[in-house]
Amino acid sequence: MIPAAFEYTKPSTVDEAVRALAEGGEDARVLAGGQSLIPMLRLRMAAPTLLVDLGGLGELRGVRDDGDALVIGAMTRYADLLRDPLVRDHAPLLAQATATVADRQVRHLGTIGGSLAEADPAGDLPSVAVALDVSFEVVGPGGWRTISAADFFVDFLTTALGDGEMLGALRVPKQDGWGTHYEKFSRVAQAWSIVGVAVAVRRENGTIAEARVGLTSMGNRPLRARAVEEALAGAPATAEAVSSAAARAAEGADPPTDVWASAEYRSHLATVLTRRAVVAAGGIHAS
Amino acid sequence: MTRISITVDGVRYDDDVEARTLLVHHLRDRLGKVGTVVGCDTSNCGACTVLMAGDAVKSCNVLAVQADGTEIITIEGLAGGDGSLHPVQQAFHDRHALQCGFCTPGMILAAVDLLAENPDPSDAEIREGIEGNLCRCTGYQNIVRAVRDAASALRGAQVAEPASAVDGQMPGTPQAPPAVPSEPESVPVEAVPRPVP
Amino acid sequence: MTTVQERPAGEVGAARKRKEDARLITGRTMWTENITLPGMLHLAILRSPMAHARITRVDTSAALREPGVVTAFSGRDVADTQGSLPCAWPVTEDMVHPDHPPLAVDEVRHVGEAVAVVVARDRASAVDALAVIEVDYEPLPVVLDMEDALAEDARLVHADKGTNKAYTWVFDSGEAGTGQGVDAAFAGAEVVIKRRYIQQRLIPAFMEPRSVVVDPTGDQHTIWSATQIPHILRVMVALVTGTPEHKVRVVAPDVGGGFGGKLQVTAEELIAFMAAQRVGKPVKYTESRSDSLVSAHHGRDQIQDVELAARRDGTVLGLRVNLLANMGAYLGIVTPGVPLLGAFMYNAIYKFPAYRFVCTGVFTNTTTTDAYRGAGRPEATYAIERLMDELAVELDMDPVEVRRRNWIKHDEFPFDTVAGLTYDSGNYEAATDKALELFGYEALRAEQASRRESGDPVQLGIGVSTYTEMCGLAPSRVLGALRYAAGGWETASIRVLPTGKVEVVTGTSPHGQGHETAWSQIVADRLGVPFEDVEVLHGDTRTSHKGLDTYGSRSLAVGGIALVNACTKVIEKARPVAAHLLECDVSDLEFADGAFRVRGAPSDAAGKTIADCAFAVFAAHDMPDGVEPTIDADATYDPGNFSFPHGTHLCATEVDAETGRVTIRSYVAVDDVGRVINPSIVEGQVHGGVAQGIAQALFEEAVYDGEGNLLTGTFIDYTPPSAADLPDIVSDRTETPAPDHPLGAKGVGEAGTIASTPAVINAIVDALRPYGVSDIRMPATPERVWQALRGGARS
Repeated sequence: MIPAAFEYTKPSTVDEAVRALAEGGEDARVLAGGQSLIPMLRLRMAAPTLLVDLGGLGELRGVRDDGDALVIGAMTRYADLLRDPLVRDHAPLLAQATATVADRQVRHLGTIGGSLAEADPAGDLPSVAVALDVSFEVVGPGGWRTISAADFFVDFLTTALGDGEMLGALRVPKQDGWGTHYEKFSRVAQAWSIVGVAVAVRRENGTIAEARVGLTSMGNRPLRARAVEEALAGAPATAEAVSSAAARAAEGADPPTDVWASAEYRSHLATVLTRRAVVAAGGIHAS
Repeated sequence: MTRISITVDGVRYDDDVEARTLLVHHLRDRLGKVGTVVGCDTSNCGACTVLMAGDAVKSCNVLAVQADGTEIITIEGLAGGDGSLHPVQQAFHDRHALQCGFCTPGMILAAVDLLAENPDPSDAEIREGIEGNLCRCTGYQNIVRAVRDAASALRGAQVAEPASAVDGQMPGTPQAPPAVPSEPESVPVEAVPRPVP
Repeated sequence: MTTVQERPAGEVGAARKRKEDARLITGRTMWTENITLPGMLHLAILRSPMAHARITRVDTSAALREPGVVTAFSGRDVADTQGSLPCAWPVTEDMVHPDHPPLAVDEVRHVGEAVAVVVARDRASAVDALAVIEVDYEPLPVVLDMEDALAEDARLVHADKGTNKAYTWVFDSGEAGTGQGVDAAFAGAEVVIKRRYIQQRLIPAFMEPRSVVVDPTGDQHTIWSATQIPHILRVMVALVTGTPEHKVRVVAPDVGGGFGGKLQVTAEELIAFMAAQRVGKPVKYTESRSDSLVSAHHGRDQIQDVELAARRDGTVLGLRVNLLANMGAYLGIVTPGVPLLGAFMYNAIYKFPAYRFVCTGVFTNTTTTDAYRGAGRPEATYAIERLMDELAVELDMDPVEVRRRNWIKHDEFPFDTVAGLTYDSGNYEAATDKALELFGYEALRAEQASRRESGDPVQLGIGVSTYTEMCGLAPSRVLGALRYAAGGWETASIRVLPTGKVEVVTGTSPHGQGHETAWSQIVADRLGVPFEDVEVLHGDTRTSHKGLDTYGSRSLAVGGIALVNACTKVIEKARPVAAHLLECDVSDLEFADGAFRVRGAPSDAAGKTIADCAFAVFAAHDMPDGVEPTIDADATYDPGNFSFPHGTHLCATEVDAETGRVTIRSYVAVDDVGRVINPSIVEGQVHGGVAQGIAQALFEEAVYDGEGNLLTGTFIDYTPPSAADLPDIVSDRTETPAPDHPLGAKGVGEAGTIASTPAVINAIVDALRPYGVSDIRMPATPERVWQALRGGARS
């Protein structure tokens, strides 16, 4: 199929992009890598009147060390993330989850900003973002502002981005000293996650000092498994403790029932995958 | 209409295109590069894979305008100027890694891309590396064999046995020198925004 | 690894690399979608979003005002002339056979049915204009479930027919005289196993979307189509449209896979034909993948109620099969017959004494079903191989052993089966023994026992599947007896060109099978010409005017014999020419190693080759009296019997009891397809077939919601497996030549698909037995396995 016709502009600065979005009104859309948007256009499930192609904004592409965090431009492609030594060293959870996204062709064009701004709860990166408390640097007619991960994801395919705003960069706290793991479960290799679990664990002595758990495809937006995190905080780093904490993974979640899986199964999977992810992230041995 | 300039298989083309035109349709319908095919509308099947700026992409999932200024290699431009097959093409032929051949252009280019990044992949890495390309005929078995052979050929190693599928037996694992991975490419630091003052 | 007996040097049996590859690996392939003709227009089709509705109004006038649009029309506009899509297999005298207009006129009966079309100067304009066509639908009740459809007060798919039942077809070995009555067998049984199995609906999902180009401007109307059946299509277009057959030319250029899915005369082909005639210009239609998934025919979709009677020593006494087969909304070219192809296979490789098969075809508001790789035989094999495992469990017997006790021994061939077929040859013992050895059966059983004992959360399961299939479709007299409208012969022509090069014209129509290579090998050997000197022509009714095309593993099994017979005729026609050239008597000549020589002459003596004879008849200056100056020959062959490849497949699965995830750890396929022309091609067919069978077991299902919307309408949700989802397949062969085939060949196109599905499911169920699980619905998704584990644990 062929997309419906639309206008197209390719700004060369962020300011131009913001202006173009404002002028385009509510039917204007940002084109990042296009890897989710173009199929929607082809199936005519989306029909914007204007596409603002951010592909010319070199300033939104790349990874920078900013002390206790990495700042990642929204137009940084998955493939760039996977090749980046800073991401590898300081954001391994992001790297691991990114490697599971779709396939290598899609990873060559898809961008971190596109994935997060799409806010598909079945996407792999949103749950990583909430697990790591990534900050979203957004820009619009009113200039730049920062939105926390907790506030950014509002609903299914809906973010806190205001009219004319777009995602500019992500501030990803470094996970130095944390163990991390992304556990993905899908029907076939290139399918969306039925459930995914993003975990970061900090161990002190024999205990789990702190844990962060993000859930993919367990609600209308990426979720934090707060009950698990609370149960793990200060818990002994043992398989039993992890297991009993992970059993609470679906608390407060509202997973969908769809062609892939029932809500009931997703809730079950969340507990199993959370246990496995925490065990892997925390380097916990079976006792 | 937007003016774009792309180089396809070594030839530069300047054209006015509708913004909605997919790269694959531009290649096929305007430039006559019909070696690249369309197999789906959701970017799952990978039949339309081409190399764009050196990276494998699904040309049905790229707007022609996004390709402006890039160099594209399709299946038609992969063989040498003298008609000699690329090692991946040769291996697909030698290993009977295609039947109907519809997925083959994309599969070959995905494999070329994989081997550029990982010159000595394990079978599991090959399987994962071509996960974005569906084949309905081969069960992938001979494709995996072909990619393995091509990797060996590209590394310049001698294949232990002739690559023909004379009795369906696999060649012994080629003894190749270990590949030296190139240093990962980092994006320039200065390109990163400092958005918040 | 392949360990078959040595054979004489020659082309046949050699793993020749394929001729076809040269164009396919360089992007020089001629797909239908690549065809562009002067003045060609593009067609787009508006499809029904409703599963069942009355069309109260269609207005295409707005579309006509859209830029680039040349014409637009709906079913109403062509109601009197468009005819009805053909069903060539009315399986019973009283079969309900509804009209099947290419474009819906008053009513739509499944989502995706074509309603209106636009023809425009370019593809985008045609698609755009669909949006302004106005259609008013008055919803009608939808019936999706087969049992609901057969209920007394059922809503009807075709109200005028008064029923959703298309037909009931019965085979009873007692009545047919091919075995005993089944009731007596069950009365005397010590064990009865009764099960219901569900063959989920599948989508063939060939990689090349269907495409058709029609050029009405020549003296012949030319149709290029991505079809498996150009010859059948030509006849059908003539019959449906009234166009004289000699004014229709059909070309199947390179075709990107079919698997039965392109064994169809499609609405799209006839719509494009109508549109081209309307505008008087060439018209092209290429479907999108999402259009394809909802409108190209689906496969399988049966409910199998099966019942096995046996003695406690494992001897099976009888089998009852009661089948509901989903036809979908209409009848495609062979829709009603697909389950019948399975009817002869439920007894499989076994010596069952009594058998009764009842099949009811049912209409529902879903996409029409029809042939998909194996067509009826995978379903049958699945049911019987699942039952044999259940019998083994009931009797606490090894599943291989229970099969051994019932199968036909190699010295019992030819064997008349309870279903009325005569199996020509086979050696089930040899194939099974080889498979068990390659698989490491005993060691895996030992590992399974220890994992069960330790309560390993990842359990090991072992699945066996033995199978045979009837392929090489088909003896025409059998087809006639089954009320199929056409025959099952195949044809070949050999044209020896003046310079000694050879053109082979075949009535088969390959779409990935490598006929150009394999046919060249056969002809090269027979005529003693180089492999490279043979050109195989196919798929164009202008060059190949006659044929019955490619499906049902028939091309080599039937078409190969036609080819051999044509070669023999060439030699016989060349013989008097050679005798004349050698100045000897015809009876003194023998043909060997590519040349005629005087009998008894040394093999290096000068002889006359086929090329010599070809040049002599080309010049024809000096022909003996009464000798026609040609050595070209045609042959048409009608098989006397089916061909019966067989084999044994073994699968080891690991099942994660926590998540339900199934991983195939090892897979061994030992197939006996008779003599092999090209082992490389055979192995490729097995790999691909096994992959499709695994896909049925684990991954694929066409799912409808309650309103009849296809939920798996893209490749996002209809999930053909990728390389990362499939295991390494170990394939090997045994070789029991087909006695009635001059090449000894059987068929191989469908074998892998038939064998692998039950092997995988048997392995999963085997892994789950300790949890009380005795069945799993296909596809065995992680959730289904998990639910089965929970259900098993509860019971």
